[in-house]
Amino acid sequence: MPSFSHFFDTLFSSSDVFIRAMLLTLELTVVSIIVGIVIGLLFALLKISNIKILAWISDAYVFLVRGTPLIVQIFILYFGISNLFLLPDFWAASLALAFHNGAYISEILRGTIQSIDKGQMEAGRSLGMSNSLTLRRIILPQAFRRALPPLGNQFIIGLKDSSLAAFISMNELFNVATTLGSNNFDEMTYLLIVAVYYLILVAFLTIVVNLFEKKLSISDR
Amino acid sequence: MEQKEMIRIRNLNKSYGDLHVLKDIDMKVLDSDVVCLIGPSGSGKSTLLRCLNYLEKKDSGQILIEGTEVKPGTHDINEIRAKVGMVFQHFHLFPHMTVLENVIEAPTHVKKVPKAQAIEEAKALLAKVGLSDKADVYPSKLSGGQKQRVAIARALAMKPDILLFDEPTSALDPELVGEVLTTMKELALEGMTMVVVTHEMSFARDVGDWIVFMHDGRVVESGPPKDFFTNPKEERTKEFLQTTIF
Repeated sequence: MPSFSHFFDTLFSSSDVFIRAMLLTLELTVVSIIVGIVIGLLFALLKISNIKILAWISDAYVFLVRGTPLIVQIFILYFGISNLFLLPDFWAASLALAFHNGAYISEILRGTIQSIDKGQMEAGRSLGMSNSLTLRRIILPQAFRRALPPLGNQFIIGLKDSSLAAFISMNELFNVATTLGSNNFDEMTYLLIVAVYYLILVAFLTIVVNLFEKKLSISDR
Repeated sequence: MEQKEMIRIRNLNKSYGDLHVLKDIDMKVLDSDVVCLIGPSGSGKSTLLRCLNYLEKKDSGQILIEGTEVKPGTHDINEIRAKVGMVFQHFHLFPHMTVLENVIEAPTHVKKVPKAQAIEEAKALLAKVGLSDKADVYPSKLSGGQKQRVAIARALAMKPDILLFDEPTSALDPELVGEVLTTMKELALEGMTMVVVTHEMSFARDVGDWIVFMHDGRVVESGPPKDFFTNPKEERTKEFLQTTIF
């Protein structure tokens, strides 16, 4: 085991590289979550639509994503997409992660949309609001609020899963840690350091989600 | 003066699977009238009311709203719904919006009323139902009676020609029933056309212009409250009235 002083010395001396890597991890995470929410919402709406074939498409998507390891999906998308279009590595990694997160997010949103009392839709409709207007103004705001705790959980999973982008040569946190570790023959120190950075990011994400939850729960108080 | 026919129902039928819940219903509602639908649970009152707002699809028969028959495809159902307001047993206020936002939601987004004007009208409506001081409160803060009065204001904000009430006081604590009935009485006096599914017999007797008694999916008897309550003709009506508390 490395000594405490060695750990802290390395922590500070490597901070420039790690902070740059942390920002990349954060970017990957934020982009993949935002795109993942869009994909997730789309497939959640397909799943609850009255048109059977759309619901099947959504089922197939969730089945494929949940049924295969993320690293396989990343490789397929990375080599696949890069072959078809000239896509920057960052976007290949982000989209692969978004595609993965989207399946889980769609299941979360489908559940919360369906959990909203059907009287809410009837109330909107009885006021002359269209189906889509009621969905947008009445149902989705409530569904998102109810989805926030499980979404927050999924965001944290997404953050940690972004470490797999290391395998398509993104210089995010995990890649930097393993590279520095093997270059300096000091893997353990750098793995402990990278754990600290992940914990900081998770703490940050947790705070953001909690703030959102507090802001959105105003109507309950 | 001849009253205009606001709602006319002919031969309305509705089933859920094997369950025939509305059987050959004929009914009419005249302008400014308060029609009370009464009868035991499961008699089809609420289903009938929901058919009037197209929340339930009829199987056969005709529903004419202000003289026109509405068919999906040729009519915009949303437009009809804006003319026929609905108040629900369980209020169904929008919990993520303040009272004022609940009331202005449909006018601003469906009728595209300018926000300032919608707010002004909403405040007048809230004053009318006695809740001016609750405009900026969320529904979770309100009592059941207050919630139902907000729901009435929300329905009125669309300036409907007809207002449907689906057991508006059934979910309320007994001491809160009065305030909602008072608001409904005021509306009736102003000449609002109302169809009310209710178990409040004294309301039906005192405020109703016409009583429709339903049993087992049929209209068994109907008439003005004076005749209906003092001199019912049908055996089934007599039985029902004997077991009912006023």
